[in-house]
Amino acid sequence: MEPLLKVNNLKVAFKTDGGLVKAVNDVNFYLNEGETLGIVGESGSGKSVTSMAIMRLLPTPPAVIDSNSQVIFKGQNLLKLKDDQMRKIRGKEIAMIFQDPMTSLNPVLTIGKQITESLKLHMHLDDRAASRRAIELLKLVGIPSADKRLGDYPHQFSGGMRQRVMIAMAISCDPKLLIADEPTTALDVTIQAQILELLKRLRQELGTAIMLITHDLGVVAGMCDRIQVMYAGKIVETASAKPLYANPRMPYTIGLLNSIPRLDSEGQDRLIPIQGLPPDMITLPPGCPFEPRCAYRQPVVCQAKVPELREVEEGHRAACLFDITKETPIPEVPAPEVVATANDVRISPAG
Amino acid sequence: MESKEHRTERMNAEKGQANIGKGDVLMEIEDLQMHFPITEGIIFQRKVGAVKAVDGVSFNIRRGETLGLVGESGCGKSTTGRAILQLYRPTGGHVRYKGRDLVEMKGEELRKMRRNLQIIFQDPYASLNPRMTVGNIIGEPLEVHGLAKGKAKQDRVRDLLRVVGLNPNYVNRYPHEFSGGQRQRIGIARALAVEPDFIVADEPISALDVSIQAQVVNLLEDLQTEFGLTYLFIAHDLSVVRHISDRIAVMYLGKVVELADRHELYTAPMHPYTKALLSAIPVPDPLIEEKRKRIILEGDVPSPINPPSGCHFRTRCPLAQEICKTEPAFIEHRPHHFTACHFAEKALEVLPQPEETVA
Repeated sequence: MEPLLKVNNLKVAFKTDGGLVKAVNDVNFYLNEGETLGIVGESGSGKSVTSMAIMRLLPTPPAVIDSNSQVIFKGQNLLKLKDDQMRKIRGKEIAMIFQDPMTSLNPVLTIGKQITESLKLHMHLDDRAASRRAIELLKLVGIPSADKRLGDYPHQFSGGMRQRVMIAMAISCDPKLLIADEPTTALDVTIQAQILELLKRLRQELGTAIMLITHDLGVVAGMCDRIQVMYAGKIVETASAKPLYANPRMPYTIGLLNSIPRLDSEGQDRLIPIQGLPPDMITLPPGCPFEPRCAYRQPVVCQAKVPELREVEEGHRAACLFDITKETPIPEVPAPEVVATANDVRISPAG
Repeated sequence: MESKEHRTERMNAEKGQANIGKGDVLMEIEDLQMHFPITEGIIFQRKVGAVKAVDGVSFNIRRGETLGLVGESGCGKSTTGRAILQLYRPTGGHVRYKGRDLVEMKGEELRKMRRNLQIIFQDPYASLNPRMTVGNIIGEPLEVHGLAKGKAKQDRVRDLLRVVGLNPNYVNRYPHEFSGGQRQRIGIARALAVEPDFIVADEPISALDVSIQAQVVNLLEDLQTEFGLTYLFIAHDLSVVRHISDRIAVMYLGKVVELADRHELYTAPMHPYTKALLSAIPVPDPLIEEKRKRIILEGDVPSPINPPSGCHFRTRCPLAQEICKTEPAFIEHRPHHFTACHFAEKALEVLPQPEETVA
């Protein structure tokens, strides 16, 4: 079966005064219908830029998308579509939820107006039918007395409620794919639990495929079928959720899992941080981008070439030259010092 | 290298203060209130109400311990931290540092006292002056408190940079030349410069990347051991708080609803809010996530301008009854385990247990 979405050789760079920021470097992945894919990474890893590129929301310039990049959705390359063709897909076939529900809603329009806008545009509903549908949607996402709240403005809603409005707007036209970019990062944990529960329920009821982008390894653990980890604009590990957490194979993923204190861990053992800083995206090292921070690094080999994403087990791929697991002892060679060198001073990355 | 006790003694002698040993009460917070007035009118401002950000909070902090203060945004945890340090002047209650009430102090007396009480802010981008060099940022408190000048100050600044894991040659750089984690280290060095006893760490790692957070947590722990510091660690992330704290206080809408030792709070939480909070935190393990039960709270946190009568949590509480309209007392239900709930014992039994919700 052909996957719903296929991203081939995606490369995105930004022109800045300081040089070319290579935000996404040759990313390849797919997403099946009804599947939930988690994309995990730190700020500057390129996860948001990837999703913005899929939605064609990046202004060019300053963004430069490589001409060989492909985003195949239902058999057509979105990157080659004309603007008016893309508008028919954006919001209808592929919808997006953003991190900050305050800045992504228009403060001077009622939420009724904002929800019905896409219904009228894409579904060709008249005013009354659109309002009726909007009320249904608000009920579906759990907003109490939905009919009365249609005339309210975004500031009259709390953060969690605003995110529900965003979700109602996103699912208004029954999209095939929902891209959720850090949908719960701005919310409190109890509200985060509500929103994640809502996304799970909608996925079951509507069968929408979800691409969930987050920096929180906890959030994706309970939600996603498959997870891919991004670092320095590349996918460095991808697997089904369970093997990824049980047996991570990329030193970066191992490092991340070791460095976060867990709610279910009893001990107060010292955390094992990842040393150093994320790389400067303008002057990326020639070899493995994680090499300078890697506890298992073998400088000569690792600096020589960029490791390919290779299959380490069935359905489990990692971008590391070596077969490293959680059990691999960390070599005695002291890890690079925290003390920064002049090269570490970096221009703040986008996103 | 002088020993920790020795060093503390010397520091106290220098400051002309009585010695307080490890484990004794260092900070005593009693019925702390911080109400912000809401006014109407342009020239004549009438007070029409108050945001009760902190509404009667009491707890002690012992020398050398880390007290974690957790809660959701708007619960008053940061305001509590700032009111303790007199960065906001509390509208009621007492804050005693080594027995002396900071609320009563003002002017020069308070300014001198601030040397012992420092803060690390959440946002390392907003809390460092972009026009000052790192050397000036860290050196300023030394000069303000008359601790060092000239060459001695420069040496001390370089020392401090080394202590927090930065290259001492960076004294002449500006904040924008550093990454978030490095800036947070600068903020920590600034707080350490005056050799404080007590540090309020207000969400010190929330703005940092995941891979950097552990570096800063470890640094804070090392500094505590080295300098015998006492922390009030404010955070919304219960996993981090569990890791770093000795005791933990949970706040909801301006009040502390539960206070217990670290182990006790996570294994036998008694307040329904604490239980819900613990169950809401995602665990990075799909096998556990599959089996976990969640207590999903309905609705949002009510407004602190007009909080519900009685127990503030009753509008969202799964166990709420008529009696919850009267305010529950903050009682020691178990040894060292305080809870403000009419149904604390019942909550312990009825709601899903931590082993079901956490792991």
